[in-house]
Amino acid sequence: MLREIGVKSIDELYADVPKKFILKRGLNLPKTSSEYEVRSQVMALLSKNKSFYEMPSFLGAGCWPHYVPAVCDEIIGRGEFLTSYTGDTYIDLGRFQALFEFQSMIGELVGLDAVSWPMYDWATVCGEAARMAARITGRQEVLVPKIIHPERLLVMKNYCEGLIDVKLIDYHPETGQLDLEDLKRKISSNTAAVYIENPSYLGFIEAQGKEISDVAHDRGALSMVGVEPISLGVLAPPGEYGADIVVGEGQPLGVHMSYGGGVMGILACRDEEQFLAEMPTLLLTITSTERQGEHGFSWWALPKRLHYESREKGKSFTGTNSALWGISAAVYMALLGPQGIRELAESVMQKSHYAMKRISEIKGIKAPIFDSAHFEEFTVNFDRTRKPVNRVHKALLKHGIQGGKDITSEFPELGKTALYCVTEIHTKEQIDSLAAALKGIVR
Amino acid sequence: MRRYHCAIWDEPVIFEMGQTGERGHILPAVEDEIKSAFQNVTSRIPPGMRRKQAPRLPELSEPETLTHYLHLSQQNFGFDSGIVAGVGTCTMKYSPKVNEQLCRMPQFADIHPLQDEETTQGILEIMYKVCKWLEEITGMDEVNLQPGGGSHGVFTNVCMMRAYHKLNKELEQRTDVIVPLLAHPCNPSSAATAGFKVITLEPDEETGCPDLGALKAVVSKHTAAMMLTDPYDTGVFDSNIEEYVKIIHEVGGLVLLDQANANSILGVVRAGDMGADMCQVNLHKSFSSPHGGMGPGSGPVGVKEEFRKFLPVPVVEFDGKKYRLNSDRPYSVGKTRSFLGNIQCALRAYAWIMALGAEGIREVAEVAVLNNNYVMKKLSDVRGLSLPYAKGHHRMQEARFSWEQLKKDTGIGTVELNQRIEDFGVANYFMSHQPWVVPEPMTPEPTESISKADLDRFCEMIRQLSHEAYTNPEIIRTAPHNCAVSRIDPTPMDDPKKTALTWNAYLKKRSSP
Repeated sequence: MLREIGVKSIDELYADVPKKFILKRGLNLPKTSSEYEVRSQVMALLSKNKSFYEMPSFLGAGCWPHYVPAVCDEIIGRGEFLTSYTGDTYIDLGRFQALFEFQSMIGELVGLDAVSWPMYDWATVCGEAARMAARITGRQEVLVPKIIHPERLLVMKNYCEGLIDVKLIDYHPETGQLDLEDLKRKISSNTAAVYIENPSYLGFIEAQGKEISDVAHDRGALSMVGVEPISLGVLAPPGEYGADIVVGEGQPLGVHMSYGGGVMGILACRDEEQFLAEMPTLLLTITSTERQGEHGFSWWALPKRLHYESREKGKSFTGTNSALWGISAAVYMALLGPQGIRELAESVMQKSHYAMKRISEIKGIKAPIFDSAHFEEFTVNFDRTRKPVNRVHKALLKHGIQGGKDITSEFPELGKTALYCVTEIHTKEQIDSLAAALKGIVR
Repeated sequence: MRRYHCAIWDEPVIFEMGQTGERGHILPAVEDEIKSAFQNVTSRIPPGMRRKQAPRLPELSEPETLTHYLHLSQQNFGFDSGIVAGVGTCTMKYSPKVNEQLCRMPQFADIHPLQDEETTQGILEIMYKVCKWLEEITGMDEVNLQPGGGSHGVFTNVCMMRAYHKLNKELEQRTDVIVPLLAHPCNPSSAATAGFKVITLEPDEETGCPDLGALKAVVSKHTAAMMLTDPYDTGVFDSNIEEYVKIIHEVGGLVLLDQANANSILGVVRAGDMGADMCQVNLHKSFSSPHGGMGPGSGPVGVKEEFRKFLPVPVVEFDGKKYRLNSDRPYSVGKTRSFLGNIQCALRAYAWIMALGAEGIREVAEVAVLNNNYVMKKLSDVRGLSLPYAKGHHRMQEARFSWEQLKKDTGIGTVELNQRIEDFGVANYFMSHQPWVVPEPMTPEPTESISKADLDRFCEMIRQLSHEAYTNPEIIRTAPHNCAVSRIDPTPMDDPKKTALTWNAYLKKRSSP
């Protein structure tokens, strides 16, 4: 090949790289290893981790333990999907159709007809959606609940800095529900969107979805709702209570947690031209073909919408996102079907309510703090015990249990509090063990 | 030419399949005691928040669902499917299967990102070490795994650059970001997202690189940064980089170097040594994570000492005994996404670097460059095809060709050729981002993973395209012929009244005139 090219050595091919920058030494990296050595050494490292199967965990907070059916793994393990790239209408028909089906099923859950393909995660979609709302309304301010996932707030601020002010709306201390009076005080003619999370970051269901959307719309702002999609098996689709844009986290829909690498952003909006034109991502549309009755699929390419065509004038900067997880989610939603998703949401609620009941029976512990309906997560307060949350947590570890997330520093006004999560995969025995361990620890 | 035809299944959209009451998955039992105590738990949902009608999801059995999606996979083309040598900027390489098996282990797949560090020492060690290795490979002082893709890494760097100027109380003054036109589009768009004004530098017609005089004319006290991509998607290595760095640093700006094309320089030249203040690499390109059809990817950022304090949190630290996560960095930009990043890509990169070792990593780059220059040579006499810029120079990982002459001669352009090539059993090639400064572009990137025999086959296909354009253009105009679907009606692509992003939208729009 060198002869064909007309050079004597590979070094000659690097002639344009300034000599002074060519590395004169070998990299300081390990020596070559065989596949067997890689496998056995990485397995040895990974075996130091404890998975859900070895240690029940009550963590949620944006990444939730749910069972991933084997068919999901089988499909996204197919090399044709796993190792493909951006692709094209013809050669990647299968992926385009699978992701169109993903978009369609998400649309059914959230109650909106325009859905993006998967994005990075819920947090980044919050940022993108805030910018989208600002472009649609020509306004520069977004109102968000004080009880918002702190990570989502931080990401949103990085996406909005210098362009959009992000302001916090207070909540009712007894119920956690958004303080409508505070919302009405703070909303202005510069408000692009009012954002709520349902279920909220702390697990309760926000009951005033319709009222909040109405307040937003009355002032010419958009209504934006963030969702954990499994809850939509029993909760009203936000599109029904006035949401113009829905964002959320797709990981619970058939994607392994993978130490947080399983996250995938959901973005949906009203199927109207001014919304579609501001969508910041690649979108897949169905279309017809030359053959009667046949479906085709294509990127929706409203000219100049993305940075690929318009560079700094594009609506966003994102490229590679989380497409493969969208296929897993499509398989998952298809496997469950309408009955399955409802049963799943009910089962989650039954088990989480059982856990709340058991934990709140323990003297000194309050669960949940807020007098509101909850879905799969709930606050556990230790103020009337002598133990701070981190001590409780360390003690639980000794019982082989990973407790909830310590949120004491996130919301100091809530005192010594942790956020617990219970889903369909927690057994009664695991919940009972948790309650028994907590009882012993705070005694 | 070997024959090829994609599988055709006439697979319906899933909403057209199945039957009422069917389902494909049974959930874990709710124990009787819980069930009886909380039978009516959903009645606690406030009335306005209750779902009245079940979502219209498909109703299929488990085998029906499996077969449907398996059929769809057979109508898709991955690196594993055949020759993927044409997809420039994307660095399509072989992703070792053992790495997929490792990612599937419950001790990775089923761990939560907030678990106590005592229970995640293994993955923390992998993350810590892979960061150290990436620091060695890029020549940067600290690497961070948080960004979820290459563009996201570029954006994260812009956020850190903004934080740096803000801390120096110069953000109001430093409004400009300078970007060569041939830098990846995520660079100017990230700068714009973060509120900066973008100044574009056109490539010189001969070299393909911006002229130094043009750069000097636009730098000032307003310069916040220059965002470079080196090597470019044209495969040209911009040897002016030392000068750029000097000019930008002199006015107090930073240099952000996009290393998405690093595959050709691994172990040969390092972003840090060239003077970059910040860079990003793509674990889903250069470091073997499969693309997944556009993600999940990973775009770790690397910074010089001075900028470490701005990195996203948490960062993995090691005290000689235990690995831990530290979020106590008061100057940090905080988060640009949730949790720690797409750590499955870091796990694969760890395994990949371990398998190759130092020598293997350099060999990757060298073979990628060798393969690319071989393809360039083989294509140099294809009728109607030319290679603009840097005449007589070798290229790095890829090369941007032009079918301009062929289009003039035959009326057939790169878009049509790119549909026809799919009939030969290869993926469509990458043309170019916009604007097409190279007319009728084609940008193959062979990478190190493709054999000489397959490179020869790929070059024969390109030659065949040219031959057909001059002798039988109709077969190209009506292509593709061997894919699973016939030619589509393109109107929904740009008419919002016809666009249907969901099945429900499709049903509504189909029935309305």
